[in-house]
Amino acid sequence: MKNKYSIFSLIKNAFSQHENWKQAWGNPEPKKEYEAVIVGGGGHGLATAYYLAKKHNMKNIAVLEKGWIGGGNTGRNTTIIRSNYLWDASAGLYDHALKIWENLSQELNYNIMFSQRGVMNLAHNLQDVRDLKRRTHANRLNGIDAVWLDTKQVKEFCPIINISQDIRYPVLGGTLQRRAGTARHDAVAWGYARGADAMGVDIIQNCEVKGIKRNGDHVEGLDTTKGFIKTKKIGVVAAGHSSVIANMAGLKLPLESKPLQALVSEPVKPIIDTVVMSNAVHAYVSQSDKGELVIGAGTDAYISYTQRGSHDVVEGTLKAILELYPIFSRMKMLRQWGGIVDICPDASPIISKTNIKGLYFNCGWGTGGFKATPGSGDLFAHTIANDEPHKLNAAFNLNRFVSGDLVDEHGAAAVAH
Amino acid sequence: MFVINCPYCGERDQSEFSCGGEAHIVRPKQPTELSDDEWAEYLFMRKNIKGVQFERWNHAHGCRKWFNMVRDTSNDKIHAVYKMGEKPPVI
Repeated sequence: MKNKYSIFSLIKNAFSQHENWKQAWGNPEPKKEYEAVIVGGGGHGLATAYYLAKKHNMKNIAVLEKGWIGGGNTGRNTTIIRSNYLWDASAGLYDHALKIWENLSQELNYNIMFSQRGVMNLAHNLQDVRDLKRRTHANRLNGIDAVWLDTKQVKEFCPIINISQDIRYPVLGGTLQRRAGTARHDAVAWGYARGADAMGVDIIQNCEVKGIKRNGDHVEGLDTTKGFIKTKKIGVVAAGHSSVIANMAGLKLPLESKPLQALVSEPVKPIIDTVVMSNAVHAYVSQSDKGELVIGAGTDAYISYTQRGSHDVVEGTLKAILELYPIFSRMKMLRQWGGIVDICPDASPIISKTNIKGLYFNCGWGTGGFKATPGSGDLFAHTIANDEPHKLNAAFNLNRFVSGDLVDEHGAAAVAH
Repeated sequence: MFVINCPYCGERDQSEFSCGGEAHIVRPKQPTELSDDEWAEYLFMRKNIKGVQFERWNHAHGCRKWFNMVRDTSNDKIHAVYKMGEKPPVI
């Protein structure tokens, strides 16, 4: 890679007051034709382009991004990474991603600040306890690290948790995946953008797709705000806007787009060194390296593309946070935002061909796509390059909604949906 | 967050309501004769429109009655509210 980042480049650039760093990726105008075009320049889209170029030797490709790199859901999620899903198909998919995360900074020569600080999922009633214990067993059968903690062990692992049994939803125990953790979300997009660009991928920002040109059963190109681009393969990774792109091709998807909110507090000294999630009370919290508490709320229960969300959802989440962590009662919240997530009926993603030749969709990640970014890109690249799914994403095809072979993770995976 | 004009109770906060998704999806008259593709279309496939959408809502923490609503999903502006069984307005 040209302009490799290292201790030597850091020292060299220090002599010029860090004013001569080269741009991490270029800003090209679109060519007339590409071998493949990826729609959506978030983490998943950029990773797809990166692996298409790296593993499948497709260099004449472009990533089209409506806004700017890292400005969509990639920069709006709560950065949690884990793979403790219940079903075999999901465990395979998410653990594939987790294994790539473990070496990603080295591979990309870009510090994505991956931190395996552990993710703890709390149980608040007897059914939670049974479900979460069952899940730890399922995880271990799939080679995924998971342990059950009783209430005392939960308190030892995260001392600020209130384990009083007199609260509305007392802590009865929890599961812990130690290999899980967080990463700096926008660095992931930047690292993949830089890596893809270095292999010749055109990253075209401020370029919105306005239409998909079809000729019978196959695609011929895209109408964009920067003109028509000819291509035989289109990979759509547009998250909340997947249905909008699908409608352009005359296709309907089993998705509903909803606002998902998150918020951060004022920065404070280190107080919580792990990620704690609670499905039942719908609150999860971690602390960023800047010291802010990063808090995730639930989705609004109606379709909306507004990137806002309702106040009562945030209020409900903060009530739960305060009951579990009374120590935060006087913290001030700094910022709140929403992202639009595309939710599948079975809460599992779609990485799939469609019945239109050359049109591929990677969507339906719903409320938890960030953790899968590298694996999703790798498997989607495989699907596009070979016109066939990899065995790890074969179960995540569009046809499952016809066959009924759903990957029903809804409420089954300690997922905060 | 917005205010919804329930056709039975008047203006109430949106948090009192729950959304039932896309409206006017008709249950198949002859379920036994449906192909798998047609079932998938009825059960799962949705328009998920960015823009003016017809949808069902329920006043869950109020009168508990269902009704229809026309709302722009790109800005949450409500164009019309009408009762179940009434003809959808032209927007």
